[in-house]
Amino acid sequence: MTYLPAGLPAPTEDVEGLSAPYWRGLREGKLLVQRCVRCTAWQFGPEWICHGCHSFELNWVEVTPRGTIFSWERVWHPVHAALKSHGPYLVVLVELAQAGGVRMLGNLLGDPMQSVAIGAPVHGEFEPHSEVEPPYTLLHWRAA
Amino acid sequence: MSVRTMRGQVAIAGIGETHYYRHGKSPDAEFKLALKAIQAACDDAGIDPREIDGFSSYANDRNEASRLAAALGTRRLRSSLMQWGGGGGGCCAAVANGAAAIATGMAECVVVFRALAQGAQGRFGTGASTAGAPENAYMQPYGVLSPTQKFTLKIRRYMELHGVRQEALRAIALAAYQHAQANPRAVMHGKPLDAAQYDASRWIVEPLHLYDCCQENDGAAAVVLVAAERARTLRHPPAFLLGAASGSGHRTGAHPHNAPHYASASFDGVAQDCFRMAGVTPADVGVVQVYENFTGGVVMALAEHGFFAPEQANEFLTLENLTAPAGKLPFNTSGGNLAEAYLHGFELVVEATRQIRRTSTSQAARSDISMVIGAPLVSPVSNLILGSEATL
Repeated sequence: MTYLPAGLPAPTEDVEGLSAPYWRGLREGKLLVQRCVRCTAWQFGPEWICHGCHSFELNWVEVTPRGTIFSWERVWHPVHAALKSHGPYLVVLVELAQAGGVRMLGNLLGDPMQSVAIGAPVHGEFEPHSEVEPPYTLLHWRAA
Repeated sequence: MSVRTMRGQVAIAGIGETHYYRHGKSPDAEFKLALKAIQAACDDAGIDPREIDGFSSYANDRNEASRLAAALGTRRLRSSLMQWGGGGGGCCAAVANGAAAIATGMAECVVVFRALAQGAQGRFGTGASTAGAPENAYMQPYGVLSPTQKFTLKIRRYMELHGVRQEALRAIALAAYQHAQANPRAVMHGKPLDAAQYDASRWIVEPLHLYDCCQENDGAAAVVLVAAERARTLRHPPAFLLGAASGSGHRTGAHPHNAPHYASASFDGVAQDCFRMAGVTPADVGVVQVYENFTGGVVMALAEHGFFAPEQANEFLTLENLTAPAGKLPFNTSGGNLAEAYLHGFELVVEATRQIRRTSTSQAARSDISMVIGAPLVSPVSNLILGSEATL
C-alpha cells in the first residue's frame, strides 16, 4: 500500500545522469547526499560542481534519514488524474541537520488531517514501487 | 566613473490589449492574439507597426520575433529579446530589456508583449509548462505538480515565521476583485467577491483558498517603447521608465527547495536595485501592481520592497489600504491576475501605464510614480517603476 495512489509520474533520472546515484541509493534503502571531497560542503540537489569551492570532486555519502519539518502543506485540489478521488494529502519539506541542512521533499505518513508543526522531528521511511518497470523507491517521512 | 542608469531615457508610448477570455476560450489563435495586441498598442501610440524594430518577451512566449516581424512587414528587425525563466517573473524584465536596447542605440521602437491561448497547450495549473524540468523528479512522485503545490511551502513558512494571518491574504483577493468590478475588461467584472465567499471557498492547498490563486486566461497585451524625446512628440503622456531590475538572491534556484533564503519572494537585491535606479523610496510610490500567482506571494513581495515590515503585514494589508482612490497603497487597480486576466502579469504593465496617464477605471489619487512587481516566489523575478513627466 503506497501513500499516494498509483499513476503519478515516476522519478525519471535527468538525462545527464547527475541524479542516478541518489535514486540507486533509495532503491537499496540508503539515503545518499552529495558532499564535496575538498571542502566537505553538502549539496542537494546534486550538481556537477561544488557551489562552495568549485571543486568537481564530489562524493555521495550515506546519511541517516532523520530531520525536522522545515515547511509543510496540505493539498486538497487534485491536479493529476491519479488523485481525483483521493482526498487531502500532506507534503513536508524536511531539513537534515546532519547533512549541512539540505532539504528533502516528501509526504508525511499517517492521518492526512494530523496537526503538523514546523520544527517537529521526523524519520524517513522507504516506499518501494516494485510493480513498475523500471522500479523505484520514494522516501517518505513520519512523525518521530 | 559616471553612474550607469536607464532612468528617464525610455518611455511607454502605446498600450494594447485583446479581449480577455477564460482559458481555452479564445476564438483566435495565439499568434493572431499577439498581432492584435501589438496592432492595438501601435494604434494607441500613433506609430506604424512597420516602424517596430525590436520585440521583447518572456516566459518562453511561443510567438517568435522573426515571424512577427515578417507578418507585420517591419522594415528591419534589430532586437529580439527573450527573458529566461518560466512564469511571470519576466513580465517587467521584458520591458527593461527592450528599454535597454533603445537606451544603448540597438533599437528605436521595441514592442514588448505576451500572448497566451492555452486551449491547445495545456494549462499552467496542471504543471504543463514545467514538464520535463529535471527537478520535477524530486516533487511529482509526491504529488507536488502544480505551481500552487510548489510555492505554498514557501508561503506557509513565511506566514509562520512572521505571524501573517489569513485575513491579510483575504484583503489582497478582495481588493483585486473590488477593482475588477469597475473594469469592464475584467473577466471577473460583474462577479463581486466578499469576505464570506472567500472564507467559504474551498482549499486548493492550505493555507490557500480558491480565491488566493490566479485565474488562467487567453489573450494578449503589448506596449510600445520609444526613446523619451520621441515619446514626448506622440499623442499620450509618456510613462517614463525610472527604474527596473531583475534576478534573484544567492542560490535562489537551488532545486529542489534548497534556496538558502527559502521563505522569500526572491526580491532580495532586486527591490533595492530598482529603487536605487529610480531614485525613489517605497513611500514615493503612489500605486502598485503586483503579480498575484498567489496572494501569499504578494504579501512577501510587498514586504521585501519595504512597503511594510513583515511583522506589520496584518495591519497594513486591509481592503481600505489597498483600494483606489485613497487607500494607503492602491493595489492591482484593474483586477490583476486574480480578477482582470492572467496574462502572465503583462496586463499589470499596461495598467501601471494607465495610472500614469490617469485613465484607469480605478484611478489612484497619487499616481505619478507607478510600480509593477513581477511574479513573486519564482526565479528570476523582476520589477519596474514608471514615472510621469513631473518625476524627471
